[in-house]
Amino acid sequence: MASHSAEIRGRSFGDRLLFGLVILLALAMAGPVLYVIALSLKDNKELMVDPHSVFHMPYTIKNYIDTIGTSNVFSWVLNSFIVAGGLTVLTLILSSLAGYGFARLNFPGRDALFVIVLLGLAVPEQAVLIARHQIFSWLGLHNTYPGLILPGLSSAFGVFLMTQYFRAIPKELDEAAILDNASRFRVFWKVLLPLTVPAQATLGIFTFLGAWNDYFWPLISATKKEMFTLTVGIASTQQNFAQSQGIGFLMAQAVFAGAPILIIYLFFQKYIVTAVSGAAVR
Amino acid sequence: MAEPLTATAGNGSRAKSVDIYAPQWRNFLFVAPYLFIFAAFLVFPLFWGVWLSFHKADTFSSGRFIGFDNYVRLFRDGIFLQSIWNTFYFVFLTVPALALIGLFLALCLNRQTRSAAVLRTLFFSSSVLSVTIVTLIWRIVYIPDMGLLSMIYGFFGAKAPAFLSDPDLAMIGIAIATVWWCIGLPMMLFLSALQQIPQDIYEAAALDNANRWQTLRSITLPSIKRTFVLVVIIQIVFQFQLFGQAWLMTKGGPNNLTKPIVLYIYNTAFQRWDIGMGAAASEILFLLILVAAMAQFLLTRRKADA
Repeated sequence: MASHSAEIRGRSFGDRLLFGLVILLALAMAGPVLYVIALSLKDNKELMVDPHSVFHMPYTIKNYIDTIGTSNVFSWVLNSFIVAGGLTVLTLILSSLAGYGFARLNFPGRDALFVIVLLGLAVPEQAVLIARHQIFSWLGLHNTYPGLILPGLSSAFGVFLMTQYFRAIPKELDEAAILDNASRFRVFWKVLLPLTVPAQATLGIFTFLGAWNDYFWPLISATKKEMFTLTVGIASTQQNFAQSQGIGFLMAQAVFAGAPILIIYLFFQKYIVTAVSGAAVR
Repeated sequence: MAEPLTATAGNGSRAKSVDIYAPQWRNFLFVAPYLFIFAAFLVFPLFWGVWLSFHKADTFSSGRFIGFDNYVRLFRDGIFLQSIWNTFYFVFLTVPALALIGLFLALCLNRQTRSAAVLRTLFFSSSVLSVTIVTLIWRIVYIPDMGLLSMIYGFFGAKAPAFLSDPDLAMIGIAIATVWWCIGLPMMLFLSALQQIPQDIYEAAALDNANRWQTLRSITLPSIKRTFVLVVIIQIVFQFQLFGQAWLMTKGGPNNLTKPIVLYIYNTAFQRWDIGMGAAASEILFLLILVAAMAQFLLTRRKADA
């Protein structure tokens, strides 16, 4: 075939140009990260004297030892895990129950309620943030884990996703179980839920990643240092950039904070990409 | 349609027939937990926010009713008008770049080789980082006289501009960091669209001796037109909500030139604690985003009809 022979003949000038462009973009992607990692491995005083010293030896892991010894980054990671993990588990539970209810059961007002939930998808966080902040003040929930978890639970996306998924499962499955006198909850738990694992994975990854990286709500709700999530904590160390304990130390904190999610990404890449792009298109 | 499905329930002799899809209040219990949260933390705040925007509110209560005063004050505030302009400017800088670079990468990396897979991984990797880490990385890249950028300029014997403090360049600096952060999603959306194009069309084109440029223009691009529109609208809605990068990289400066609407809301409501005016500003942001979302709805529907 024509296209094959063209490939065999070797690369044209155009091919090389495109290849060069992609490599240039790849360098722009990786460069800043490699630079930050290199900075984190340098002695702070040496960097002050000569910024170019970042490109050569000696390197040291002293900044990482200082990070582990002196910074709050551990407690922030823990907070982020509790918030993102809690939100993910609760979202999966609530969305699965509601998804089953909307897709399979009938109750007065169901269709109208579902349309209202769908309209909730169009509401951006900023439109409700201020009122939410006031409500959480009334409830006395600022600087608590429930205060950080509850707002995210109201997102309509999970219900929408699970409803779609339950609808796609053949009805014969649950009808057979119901005719066997199984309760509605039993049908949900034993028959249908095991079939929704792929959707649970998508929703779980998407929810966890979103909560882990959320910045605005923790910024206004968690104002005490011990309740900071990782995003707010790392942001707080940036405030006095110049007078900080040193660039190398700051970068070690950044690497320490960014590494877990990057490692998770490398292992579960396929699922993460599917989850994020699936959620974007919905 | 099928006859209503019925089940026999009850004990032996007094068996009765029930329609298993008949409406039952009990079924509501499955959706009740979510609906409670939804009503309390999404629906109620949505309306309470509108209510607040008509009041001289403070942290705890709605305070005195003042009608449209907050909205009038907003549109007389030069900084608010500036922040609307800044937001549109930022969307204009980032969205075309994200769509075009994303498309370019998808076209180049849509192949089954090992190196293409590695590069796809690389280009998506920044998307999993949080905004605070991204801004930390880019602030250190931009830092005058010792950052990576000034060293690269220095290598070519030039002096790097102070990206984040120069009034003409600050927003561009934020936009570059944002494109770096967000490029993964457009690329992946284009890649999955490219993979859905049937291969036999390409084979037919090859038989017709179409060259690559012709194939790209008359087969590939028309097939992903809908994805292109989708990517642009998703990015408009998302980039419209710029906050973290601007707050962490420039604090909205110099001279409010990089202050987007969301940062204006944050300053007003959570730093000056003018809750009512902040609420009014967020209603205006909501309206602007709704317009973009409506455009998405109309466009996708028209395409579906065609």
